[in-house]
Amino acid sequence: MKKMIPLLSSICLILICATASLASGTIKIGGLFSVTGPASFLGEPEKKTLEMLVKEANEKGGINGMKLEAVIYDTGGDATKAVQLATKLIKDDKVSVIIGPSTTGESMAVIPVAEKEKIPLISCAAGIKITDPVKQWVFKTPANDHVAAEKILNYMTAKKQKSFALLTVTDGFGASGREQIKVLAKQKGFTIVADEVYGPKDTDMTAQLTKIRGIKPDAIICWGTNPGPAVITKNVKQLGIKTPLYMSHGVASKKYIELAGPESAEGVMLPAGKLAIYDALPKGDAQYKLLKGYDQNYKKTYGVEASTFGGYAYDAFLLVTGAIKKAGATPEQIRNGIEQTSKLVSISGVFTMTPKDHNGLDLSAFEMVKVLKGDWALAK
Amino acid sequence: MEFNQILQYTLSGLSTGAIYALIGIGFSIIYNATGIINFAQGEFVMLGGLLTLSSLQLLKLPLWAAIPVSVAISTVVGVIFERLAIRPLRQPTPINLVIITIGGSILIRGLAMLVWGKDTHAIPPFSGDTPIAIGGATILPQHLWILAITLVIIVFNKFYFYHTISGKAMRACAYNRRAAGLVGIDVKRMVLFSFIISAAMGAVAGIIVAPLTMTAYDVGVMLGLKGFCAAIIGGMSSGISTVIGGLLLGVLESLGAGLISSGYKDAISFIILLLILFIRPQGLFGKADSERV
Repeated sequence: MKKMIPLLSSICLILICATASLASGTIKIGGLFSVTGPASFLGEPEKKTLEMLVKEANEKGGINGMKLEAVIYDTGGDATKAVQLATKLIKDDKVSVIIGPSTTGESMAVIPVAEKEKIPLISCAAGIKITDPVKQWVFKTPANDHVAAEKILNYMTAKKQKSFALLTVTDGFGASGREQIKVLAKQKGFTIVADEVYGPKDTDMTAQLTKIRGIKPDAIICWGTNPGPAVITKNVKQLGIKTPLYMSHGVASKKYIELAGPESAEGVMLPAGKLAIYDALPKGDAQYKLLKGYDQNYKKTYGVEASTFGGYAYDAFLLVTGAIKKAGATPEQIRNGIEQTSKLVSISGVFTMTPKDHNGLDLSAFEMVKVLKGDWALAK
Repeated sequence: MEFNQILQYTLSGLSTGAIYALIGIGFSIIYNATGIINFAQGEFVMLGGLLTLSSLQLLKLPLWAAIPVSVAISTVVGVIFERLAIRPLRQPTPINLVIITIGGSILIRGLAMLVWGKDTHAIPPFSGDTPIAIGGATILPQHLWILAITLVIIVFNKFYFYHTISGKAMRACAYNRRAAGLVGIDVKRMVLFSFIISAAMGAVAGIIVAPLTMTAYDVGVMLGLKGFCAAIIGGMSSGISTVIGGLLLGVLESLGAGLISSGYKDAISFIILLLILFIRPQGLFGKADSERV
């Protein structure tokens, strides 16, 4: 019997392969995520989210009676690898749609492939270049950085704060935020009195903040992802700076409050995607139920909190399945279906796509929140 | 430019510099005993911080117990590293050894990533975080801890290297390994000792800075490089000149970021490093061909 095992298992394997390729009732969804490498904090939750959703959907009988299959590759954050894997997904795996890549650089590299092969691509990266100008086959789910920046500046206008100091991290996220805040500030009549930067691994920003303290701006806007902003929050407390401190949506998670310490973080304001703060949302909010469900399921399956980044893959999945239900399962039909998406309630916001807007989110994707006793509360 | 701004820059610089100094001394101790520049030194800093975190959270130890536990474990890692990676080499050339330490650092970092994940973690400060005002500038109690512990370690080092047999033996190895071996000093044992001391010191540095800078699997890279700069400025001495090198580096960085531009903060320290290597490779305070302990 022992000798039979390899034989039997190879027969099984052949059968499985055969059924997989023969099954006409399967829709293949490609996933390109940077599960390892520097952007793994994006790719990992995205991959897990997609796997979880595909499994859930199949347990419920699939979409329109067709089973889903996710083919996910790890790009390692490398644009060249992303292009190769995208080609592999299209040519070898014959997927109908691709979700990802996780970063703007990779997405820009993969776009020509998707356009040429006419396969819809739903990027999970935030860069504005991905969908501006609009490309026929390319969509993206994270809201543009400038939407978050605009949210802060609108809030500051309401609070009559006229001047601010800018403190941004010297990576792609910080550079893009810095650029867009400067443009918006000019449009809205703000004065930027200091324009300081810090390195992603810097451990002490008191020098920059001492300089800012001397200038006495109405507010400080810091644009970065953990741990920098947490260090800055502590430094601000240490220097006794009382100026209102705004952070970007990049730190909209409990982790930030934990790192900075609830006392230091008290009163810090930032625009947050609604997932991070769903507990604080008014009960009537359209997204509330979905957000809670996602967070709880994710926690149950993987033992950690759901993150905004995983939410990008969730959005993409809902866009795809919505399109399949409405329009059909060929790449062409999926693309058309996504473009017709209207008022789709999802994790990052409520999506309404048009031929001119392949992102579909507006200012309502973010809420201004404030740290209050170690938790998020809506900023009034 | 107000006076208290300058004071703040200087104070911030001194406290960051003390961290660099502590890590820098770790570099020079191993260099002096073995001739190796141990690029895994930064990883001991990381291990110190993360092991303290685990001792606090998983083992539920109080802080005073968590610190010795994590220093002990990091030291064991240092010993294992020396035994498995450094000692087995039959004919070590400096370049082989340097490459091995780089490989070792990548390995330790990778393992740490698997154990602790990629997130950044915070450790509570030793004695609260109410800022202390000093003439218009402020520092945190943790900064005082850093300065005090650095001082203690320097005094301890001085005592060890000049007043104990094994310390003197290690200095002998630094002068001339061959001669030290001929007079009966067990050079291999001294190499092991040097790894023990610098792993423990790296871990201490990692623990005392973690409440300020937070800790993650990859904090060792940048801190290690800055510590290396400090050691180079100090001419790879394991005494006071590396400390001055570290403090100088911290203050210059801080003043540079405050008075010139924060964009050049890291550039400043690496330009200093390059200048020292070009102009005074023996260190800022060293005489050419001088002793190195």
